[in-house]
This record gives sequence, structure tokens and C-alpha cells, in this order.
Amino acid sequence: MVRYMLNKFVFFFLAMFVLSSITFILMKAIPGDPFISEKAVPPDVKARLLAQYGLDKPLFIQYTTYLTNLLSGDLGISMKLANRAVVDFIRDSFPLSLRLGIAAIFTSVIIGVTLGMTAAFRHRKLMDSTAMVIAVLGVSVPSFVMAAILQWLFAVRIPMFNVVGLVQAKDYVLPTLALSAMPIAYIARLTRSNMLEVLHSDYIKTARAKGLNSWTIMRRHVLRNGILPVVTFLGPLTANVITGSFIIEQIFGIGGLGKIYVQSIGNRDYSLIMGITIFYGLILMTARLLTDIAYGFIDPRIKLGKRKEGAA
Amino acid sequence: MTLHNRNSDAAELTLTTEHFQKAVVDHHEAEAIERVSTSAWKDVWYRLSRNWTAMTGLCILTALIVMAIIGPWLTPYDFSKNDLMSTSLAPSDKHWFGTDDLGRDMFARTWMGARISLIVGFAAAFINLIIGVIYGGIMGYVGGRIGDIMNKISEIIYSIPDLLVAILLVVVFEPSLLTIILAFCLTGWINMSWIVRGQIIQLKNQEYVLASRSLGASGMRILFRHLLPNALGPIIVMLTMAVPAAIFGEAVLSFLGLGVQLPAASWGTMINDGTKVMLLYPWRMLFPAIMISLTMLAFNMFGDGLRDALDPKLKK
Repeated sequence: MVRYMLNKFVFFFLAMFVLSSITFILMKAIPGDPFISEKAVPPDVKARLLAQYGLDKPLFIQYTTYLTNLLSGDLGISMKLANRAVVDFIRDSFPLSLRLGIAAIFTSVIIGVTLGMTAAFRHRKLMDSTAMVIAVLGVSVPSFVMAAILQWLFAVRIPMFNVVGLVQAKDYVLPTLALSAMPIAYIARLTRSNMLEVLHSDYIKTARAKGLNSWTIMRRHVLRNGILPVVTFLGPLTANVITGSFIIEQIFGIGGLGKIYVQSIGNRDYSLIMGITIFYGLILMTARLLTDIAYGFIDPRIKLGKRKEGAA
Repeated sequence: MTLHNRNSDAAELTLTTEHFQKAVVDHHEAEAIERVSTSAWKDVWYRLSRNWTAMTGLCILTALIVMAIIGPWLTPYDFSKNDLMSTSLAPSDKHWFGTDDLGRDMFARTWMGARISLIVGFAAAFINLIIGVIYGGIMGYVGGRIGDIMNKISEIIYSIPDLLVAILLVVVFEPSLLTIILAFCLTGWINMSWIVRGQIIQLKNQEYVLASRSLGASGMRILFRHLLPNALGPIIVMLTMAVPAAIFGEAVLSFLGLGVQLPAASWGTMINDGTKVMLLYPWRMLFPAIMISLTMLAFNMFGDGLRDALDPKLKK
């Protein structure tokens, strides 16, 4: 177990290192320098500007400075917006995105697992096919289309919610639903197929033959094995929600980090794009790391692996 | 022998010598194959054609591809020609899908968008297939220390968020069809290579591979003639998932303003433009949105059916 986790940690740091190196190389691959847009800067002023930002130093020194800055939590400054630090943008706008993201993650897991389990227990019945039709539709409709449909249906046709903005609690409903539609569908399909596999497996038959009551079978055998794949999906789920937030925040006019990111792409504000990318990368890889660790705790097979290693 | 024991039945059964005749053994007849012989792929196709959801998916896909090829020519209007006298028209008998804010015909644009989306999807999936099969094939077949190191490298690449890298690349190297496709190939091949690796490891210790090796077949021959064809099922299923993933990724990039540049348009860019005026001119978003959803739906339906058809465990 310890070795398994250590392994995952090493991967986490390596991947983070590769991502930050890619951003650094790409930054340097952009033709010109950050001050190229300013008209007719005298050469000595430009030299001083470059010196002030440390851009006159050799590439390798810049690279190590960049990495040490990252380690101390400095993501650089925006090139277009009055030298504001990238970290400030994140501090201002991320809480909003985080609240929305957490709401979406909980919604997807709860509805998805419920839908999948209902379908599995009513296998080949009407509930099953209904749930699976919903799931296939959910996988097929991109989130921006879903958002537009929801807006039109529940804010324009039936004015239950506000079209845009995120002020009151009920404003969360539509963006959360739009964000979680696709994950719900994935989780429902995943849960269903896995539950079916578990329900038809030999050890459930054994448990039944032993005379265990169905509640104990459910709790001890079915749920633990049926929920496992959902845990593995938490990493991709986070990715899905972050990607979705770029779009959903745009459509619902929410001033979260996703919107800032899209704006920075529109403005070609390279340092802001790179900084936020690294931040997103950090969140995603942390989510994946946590998933791996959680998986190690739940999956009995990984513990078996440890015992074998201990013996060797 | 059992007849003696079942005394109740024995009373009713009267056996005469007529019942005991010598059977004629015709060796030709015994060897004759009664059923039509079938190959594995014929069997897969048979089972697939019985699955109506898969066939519906296949029909929708074929229709979409055909329309992407001939669609823009079915209307007299050019997809990129502005007509400021007829901007934002609702669908009518002249402009079947309406027009956009510059008076361009939405029908022609939708099918030009289909071309771009489908090209991105298929090209990215194809490149991923090639890289994934080669990398995964070597990883699985060579195995040992080299396979281990290759596996670790792929794991590191896999843990870098793919869409973020795609965004970065397209931002730096300017959006074009080529950069968008390449952006999805940087990390997209990993899943494929893992599938191939798993299959190869499973297959390479089977007897027929040993037989082939003992007949003196080279490693390359074994890999390409024996191992890969047998691993084809999961590879194909993976492909049916890779294409819609790339199409969806392209739509997201387009939505962020990183799609193909004007006057070309993909479904993503059209939906992005359409959402801004959704309440006034709903058709501008509606048609590309329907098409992209239909494509994803068709791929999902076909892919699910294909997976079932290729899975011998589900054979009845």
C-alpha cells in the first residue's frame, strides 16, 4: 500500500513537472516578446523592461526561476491587465467556480448512482430501458447544447429561474444541471453495468446460498463492489466539470475562473492562460491522485498485491 | 438395461426384432457440415445486424457522412457567401435551415461544418490508432524492462490533462485544422496503446503463437499476423469511442474561440455564434446542435452494439 501510494505521488510530481515545462516551452515558442505591442519603445527602455522581468537572462536561468516561483505559489502576472498577479485572478474568481463545481459533482454522483442502481435492479424492465435512454441521450448532448435547452425551457418558456447570473441559491440549479448532465449519464451507465456484473457473480449466489438476508448481501457485497468504478470516475468527473465550466460560465454569465480563462484565451493573454492552465492542471492531478489513493483503500485486490510484495 | 428397471413402462413397451435394425454408416454423410460455415467476422456482423439500436446508429452515421459529402451542393447557395439582403432569415423553402447574421445559408454551412467535425474526428482517431497500436504493440510484445519504462512514460503523459494541453497548443500555434487534430493526438493515443498492450500480453503466451514461433516466424510477423488481428475487437470498440471524443473536443475548442478560422465553420463555432442570439434566431443554434448530438448519439449506439457483438461472452 505504501509503495503503491509513493508510486502515485512520484507520478503526480513528474506529471506536474512535465506540464509546467510544456507551458514554459510554449511561452518561449510564441514569437516576439511581451512588450512587442507597445509602440516604438526606445531600445534602452525595452532593455530595462526586459531586465525588470528577468527576460534578459539565459533561458536556463529563466526556467529555474520559473519553476521555483511555481513551487512558492507564484503563477506569474497578467500581460494585458495591468500587471495583476495570476494568483489574484484565481483568488477572486475561483470560489464561485468551486461552489458550482462541487454542486455539480455531488449532483452527478447522487443522481447517476441512483439511476444506475435502479436500472440494474429493474434489469430488462421499463425502468431499466428508460434510465438507459436518458443516459444515452445525456452522453450524446454536449453541455453547451444542454445549457441552451435548459435556459430556454426553464427560464424563458417557464420563467422559474433567471437566465443568467449567480446571485441567489436557486440560480445554481440550471448551471449545475447543465454541468452534470453528461457525468450523470456516464455514472449511470457505469453503475448499471457494474451492478449487473456483481449481481450475477458467483459470490452473490454463495452469499444467498449461505442464507444471508438481502440487506446484508446488499451492504457487504453488492454496494462495495458496485460503487468501486464510480470512485475511479471521480478523476475524469473533475476534468469534465472543469471543461464544462469554461462553457457553462460563459453561457450563464457567471464570473468564475472558467470565464476568466476563456477571456484570457480571447485576449491572447499568454501568461494568464499559462498560469490558469497550471492551476487547473494542479486541481485535476490532485483529483486523480486522490482517486488513486481512495481506490487503493477500497479495492481489496491492491492490498493483496502489497502482501505479495511484503513476502517477496 | 434401464428398460428392465422401469417396470411400469416396460409393460407398455413391446419390442420386436423389427425395432432393431443395423444402422447404415455413411462416412460421407457423417462428415458433411449441415450448417453454413461462418467466420468470426461474419458472426459479428450477423449479431450486429440483429441489434436494431446499432443498426440505427450505423444508418444515421452513414446518412451524416453522405450529407457531409454532398450536402453543400444540394443548395444553390455558397456556404461562405455573404448576402446582406437576407440576414437572419427563418428556415424557408429557399433557405432550408435559415440564414445567419451575414446572410449565409445555414444548410450549406451545417454540412460544411459536418465535414470539418467529421474530418477532425476521424483523422484524430486514425492517428491515435496508428500511434497507439505501434506503441502498445511494442509495449506488450517486448515487455520486460523496456515495456515497463514505456508504460511509465505513457502513464505520465496520461496524467497531463488532455484538453488543457490541446488549448495551450492551439493558442500558441494558431488554430487550424491541422493544429486542432494534432492537439488531440498528443495524449489521445494512450488509451489505445493500453488496450493493445493488454490484449497482446494476454495473447502472446497462447499456443498458436508458440506454434508460429517454433515454425520460425519473426517477431514482426507474429505481432502483425497473429497478435494484432486477434486483438482487433477491443481496438475497434476503442475507435468508435475516440471519434466522438475528438468531435466533442473540437466543439469545445471552437466554443472557446479556438476553432477553425473564418469563413470555414465547424458545428462548435456555429453553436457558439448561435447561443448569443438563441432567443431571437433559435435555428442558428438548433441545426448544428441537433447534428452534433445526432452524431454523438449514433456513435454511442453503434459502439455499444459493436461491443456486444464482439464480446463472445454475450453469444447466445
